[in-house]
Amino acid sequence: MSSPLIPAKGKPSSGLLSGFRRHEPGTQPDSFYPAYRATRLRAPSQPLIFLPHTLSEMTGPVFGHSDIRANDHDLTVQHSGEPLGERIIVSGRVLDGDGHAVPNTLVEIWQANAAGRYAHAKDDHPAPLDPNFTGTGRALTDDRGFYSFMTIKPGAYPWRNHDNAWRPAHIHFSLFGPAFVTRLVTQMYFPGDPLFAYDPILQSIPDEKARQRLVSKFDLDTTTPEWALGYRFDIVLRGRVSTPLER
Amino acid sequence: MTNCTMDWTPTPSQTTGPYLHLGLTDSRSISRVANPGANGERVWITFRVLDGEEAPVPDAMIELWQANSEGNYEFGDGTSDGAAFAGFGRMATAEDGSCTFETIKPGRVPGPRETTQAPHINVSVLGRGILNRLSTRLYFAGEPANATDPVLALVPEDRRATLLAQQDSNRAGGWIFDIRLRGESETVFFDV
Repeated sequence: MSSPLIPAKGKPSSGLLSGFRRHEPGTQPDSFYPAYRATRLRAPSQPLIFLPHTLSEMTGPVFGHSDIRANDHDLTVQHSGEPLGERIIVSGRVLDGDGHAVPNTLVEIWQANAAGRYAHAKDDHPAPLDPNFTGTGRALTDDRGFYSFMTIKPGAYPWRNHDNAWRPAHIHFSLFGPAFVTRLVTQMYFPGDPLFAYDPILQSIPDEKARQRLVSKFDLDTTTPEWALGYRFDIVLRGRVSTPLER
Repeated sequence: MTNCTMDWTPTPSQTTGPYLHLGLTDSRSISRVANPGANGERVWITFRVLDGEEAPVPDAMIELWQANSEGNYEFGDGTSDGAAFAGFGRMATAEDGSCTFETIKPGRVPGPRETTQAPHINVSVLGRGILNRLSTRLYFAGEPANATDPVLALVPEDRRATLLAQQDSNRAGGWIFDIRLRGESETVFFDV
């Protein structure tokens, strides 16, 4: 058990705050996407009401190193033995909409094991659990916005959305960024997965180029010889309408 | 790679899926937004998430972000509240679609063009079937400042009540806030 997550403090320097840019059409999922059945009862039917950004939207919780334990970034050493599966290193940068690093921001991940089973009481997929794998990690980005996790490649798994439905292998990501409006929860996929075309969760994003932003790249530079394959996944959070002067 | 093509379009959102607890709440939930040392009127707010058929949503997560009792988001090191006030909370919903946070009623925060906002809590709803995080606001029923709040003024009058938490007659300091994701009395969600 880890200690509860306590934000270190509120976001300082409100004097420099400006609003955040809105998303371009097609670059985010359609909230109501009937092929993903659960959206039929859970997506709003009324249009969202446009909210000009106030201090409430432009500030957000800040987390610190005290929220991270030593092994949180390495999902392969959290138990007495080694988990089964293909060892991988997932790393990348967190950037804002202008390409600037987002430093010291919390990145949380969770995933299925190599057999496609989550260590979760409600996952009843008849694939083996791995006593050496929980599938939970967290890290803070460094000063240049870099994060890195050591883990194992998750398996694909079936779900009951439609006949013979399978989710492509993925890792869930959760990020905060500097403000309430930069909060992002998403999923990272692996290159060349044949299940992409059949997955309504990925296909809910209208723009093909936008969908590709969720697919990690194999990366020989971060591949560790005789140990683990490297996958690179850069994440872009929303940028400000006008960037205040640096420093 | 993203870096080489200078493409800084924000990364798309995806659902948390049904197993969000593993990553976000099993050992990482925060039900107490304000610890006992924090200044302000102490409240316990019960959220209840319902789907388009009014069925409870047992696999959602609620996140809160709010100002302190002085209407300030710059709490933390330099202020009297210090570590007593987190300003942030998150909990998974239970089988009945509910979760209860302990916090303090926030103060009034400056709004646009010399206005002052009524006490409110910024609320996110995430979960299975929710592809884009839903953002709403909780206001307190009976609060006189609601009448001049610049954000409530953006909401059609007949839908404003969906943003008002109601006092819980069974509990001193208790409030209840129902979030209806879809349907006739659907909660107002904001494009933030």
